Amino acid sequence: MAGLTIDAVTKKFGEMVALDRVSIDVADGEFLAVLGPSGCGKTTLLRLIAGFEALNGGTIRIGDRLVSSESENVAPEKRRVGIVFQNYALWPHMTVAENIGYALKVGGVGRAERDERVKKALALVNMGEYGERRPANLSGGQRQRVALARCLVAEPRLVLFDEPLANLDVHLRAAMEDEFADFHKRTGTTIVYITHDQAEAMALADRIAVMDHGRLMQLASPHALYHQPENEMVAAFISQGMVLPAEVASAAAAGRCRVRVLGQEVVVRCAPGEAPRAGAAICCRSSQLAPAADGEPGFDGRIARVVYRGGAARIEFVPDAQPGLALHFDQPDPITFAPGDRARLRLADGWLIPRGAGA
Amino acid sequence: MAWVVRNRQGQDLVLTGAIVAIIIVFSLLPMARLLQEVVLPRGVFSLDVIASGLVSRRTWVATWNTLAVGLGGTLFALVLGVAVALLVSLTDMRGRQAFVLCFVTPLMIAPQVTALAWLQVAGPSSPLLNMLGMAPPLGTRNPLYSAEGIVFLLGIQYAPLVFLIVRAGLRKLPRELVEAAQAGGAGRLTVLRTIVLPLMTPSIVGAAALTFVSCVGNFGIPAFLGIPANYLVLPTLIYQRLAGGGPAVLSEVAFLSVLIGIIAMVGIVLQDRLSRGRDFRITSTSLSVTPYALGRWRPAVELGMWLLIALILVLPLVGLVLTSLVPGYGVVLNASTATLENFRFVLFDHVASRRGFLNSLTLSAVAAVFAVFVAIPLGYVIAWGTRRWVKALNLTVELPYALPGVVLAIAALLLFLRPIPLIDIQIYNTVWIILYAYLARFLVLAVRPTVTGYYQMDRALEEAAQVAGAGLFTRLRTIVFPLIAPAAMAGGLLIFMTALCELTVSALLWSSGAETIGVVIFSFEQGGDSKYAAAVSAIMVAVTFLLMLVAGLFARKLPDGVLPWRD
Repeated sequence: MAGLTIDAVTKKFGEMVALDRVSIDVADGEFLAVLGPSGCGKTTLLRLIAGFEALNGGTIRIGDRLVSSESENVAPEKRRVGIVFQNYALWPHMTVAENIGYALKVGGVGRAERDERVKKALALVNMGEYGERRPANLSGGQRQRVALARCLVAEPRLVLFDEPLANLDVHLRAAMEDEFADFHKRTGTTIVYITHDQAEAMALADRIAVMDHGRLMQLASPHALYHQPENEMVAAFISQGMVLPAEVASAAAAGRCRVRVLGQEVVVRCAPGEAPRAGAAICCRSSQLAPAADGEPGFDGRIARVVYRGGAARIEFVPDAQPGLALHFDQPDPITFAPGDRARLRLADGWLIPRGAGA
Repeated sequence: MAWVVRNRQGQDLVLTGAIVAIIIVFSLLPMARLLQEVVLPRGVFSLDVIASGLVSRRTWVATWNTLAVGLGGTLFALVLGVAVALLVSLTDMRGRQAFVLCFVTPLMIAPQVTALAWLQVAGPSSPLLNMLGMAPPLGTRNPLYSAEGIVFLLGIQYAPLVFLIVRAGLRKLPRELVEAAQAGGAGRLTVLRTIVLPLMTPSIVGAAALTFVSCVGNFGIPAFLGIPANYLVLPTLIYQRLAGGGPAVLSEVAFLSVLIGIIAMVGIVLQDRLSRGRDFRITSTSLSVTPYALGRWRPAVELGMWLLIALILVLPLVGLVLTSLVPGYGVVLNASTATLENFRFVLFDHVASRRGFLNSLTLSAVAAVFAVFVAIPLGYVIAWGTRRWVKALNLTVELPYALPGVVLAIAALLLFLRPIPLIDIQIYNTVWIILYAYLARFLVLAVRPTVTGYYQMDRALEEAAQVAGAGLFTRLRTIVFPLIAPAAMAGGLLIFMTALCELTVSALLWSSGAETIGVVIFSFEQGGDSKYAAAVSAIMVAVTFLLMLVAGLFARKLPDGVLPWRD
């Protein structure tokens, strides 16, 4: 196993900049998820790490070995990375065992040792019985396990997952998620896991790299991404966060400061060193919004929509102070709001998005 | 209301009935007549025809030769076609579009024109070799008059066919299958050997079967190259027997043509067996394989590819054009001896040649238009119809084209040797029997792209018209026809191009006054007038290029893959 160092990597397709100076360090044995909307450059990043594309700037190292730079591009077959593809990419003309043993055969491993290792790999993914089957006769989940076994058998230094669960149904997805987590715990493999599904990334990863438009937006633990987004893109992208314009009224003290939001003064969490400034923004979650009790401070507005979701409704609210903004919060049964009602909301907490972290 | 419903069903019945009638007349009837002649001559069951055919040494020699050049030509076409398909599809060579156009063009040129052109390149009277001072002495035999020559030309003629099929397969190869092997440590050649080629087996085997059938049924090349060397294959044996014996030998040639049909069928069945052995189904769809960077080898590979074009396309055409400019046999061609006299002669002076142009133009135009109008309702029934047995009939439309042209020609002869019963019209020895054969043989060339077009079209378009109250014929006329017409017309164009220089069928069916261009070229060459044959051929090649150009102009409106030479 080895770590991965991506340093200021840039990739252009003609005029289009697919990756713009992306730097990510992955520690030995770490599970890193790369998360972003489609077209953000995450698949390009994976193909650069695997060596299928050449980069236009920066470097990639696997362990201590330089594998990609502007002048050097180690061929994919010499990188010793394993890949699990979204569509599994099992070879239809080979049995499951032949699929798994392919890398060993190509690498010149003797027959006896090969059979032994294939057997072990099959057992590792609980597919011991299926060695002689054809990929076409397997279910989606089984195919994904075979793909996993295939990439492990050659003991790669690094395993790349390219949206491995995107083709599976919801139930299977949850089961495979558990299997991946369990597998990572047992083997300690360094994993780079590409996905557009936040829940998946949150559940599996030690750290998540959020990408947008070819740039790294934030690289942090799932907890930090949720509670301390570094910029408006991450704030809005993770768990449908709401970004509200704010004015910082006091300097940071003990991780908090006072801000003015929609006419209400609130104390929110913030990074150390914040000072009073205008044109700031805070991030808040629907759980931090609630109807204000009589006489409590808050901001007035109109209920725009009520969407019942079983047990609770998602209420959409337009504040008078800023009619372009749409806020939402959940109200458990019984639902008392109806579209068109007037209401007064209160903000209980929030996070001051740090200055200048570009989005 | 009941009346309306009945009327709707009536339209459906009329359509189905008309299509079944066409399939019977143009496909089932000739095949049935041929089989009857072999096992039920004059209505009585007898194996005499088969027995006398089987004891003839001629039959066995020709069968052996047919298999030899068929297999040889297929092998050569496979090696060339697969290699070129791999280079074009999997590497970063430049100028791909132009290269594909040039490489596929030989397929568009009639086999006898190819044969004639190559004959002009080699041999003692080659203007090219004479200009270069490299010609062998007069009286030396042209090296192409041999089995090897036939194999070589069949290979060049059908390599584009292999190329097109394998290239289509390679385009559908998901890149992940290759990348997974690379990540597993396999180098480029290992990936090619263990992943790409095995997965292309169905395409390659399918291409082999199609090529084999085409080689076995080819008449033009063995006629030009084999007859002078007395190297006969089954189609040329049939031609010789019929030319010498007339209708008296019909039973014998019927047996021979069934023999060709059987050889072709064996090829197809073998293909089916071979590709069924393993599972090659590629289920996922994805981007196609990332081209392999040739690096410093790129200029060398590109040069090699264009040299190949120079060899298989430019060289024979140059030979053809040079011969068409020669004033007489043995005259060395140079700027002062070159003449356009041959072109003037074939276009204006020679009666049969003039008639040939007119006949071929009319025949191919009528066949093309007919096929387009039949293909649209036929494709409708095949692609969108609900009656399963009609869909099964679709296979029989393929039959007259899948089987070698000689088979159909003999069937048409048998069918129309006597006047048509009931109406008592004699079409034997007229141009109409050729038209019938063209309609039967080429119909499928329009049906295929039309069916492809239907499958690519959203049926909701027609259903919306149905909901709006339009009956079947109204829908066909106002909705389906305008939408599907481009695809069907592309098929019509292919028919026109194929029929224009067709020789296999017309060589057996022509009569004085009913010559086709193919026959005219063949007659000139057989009579030793290569310069006139070359002039007619040069004109036809020019017409072919012109038609390809015209088709290219409206290519954007066509479904993908309808025009074979467009990459």
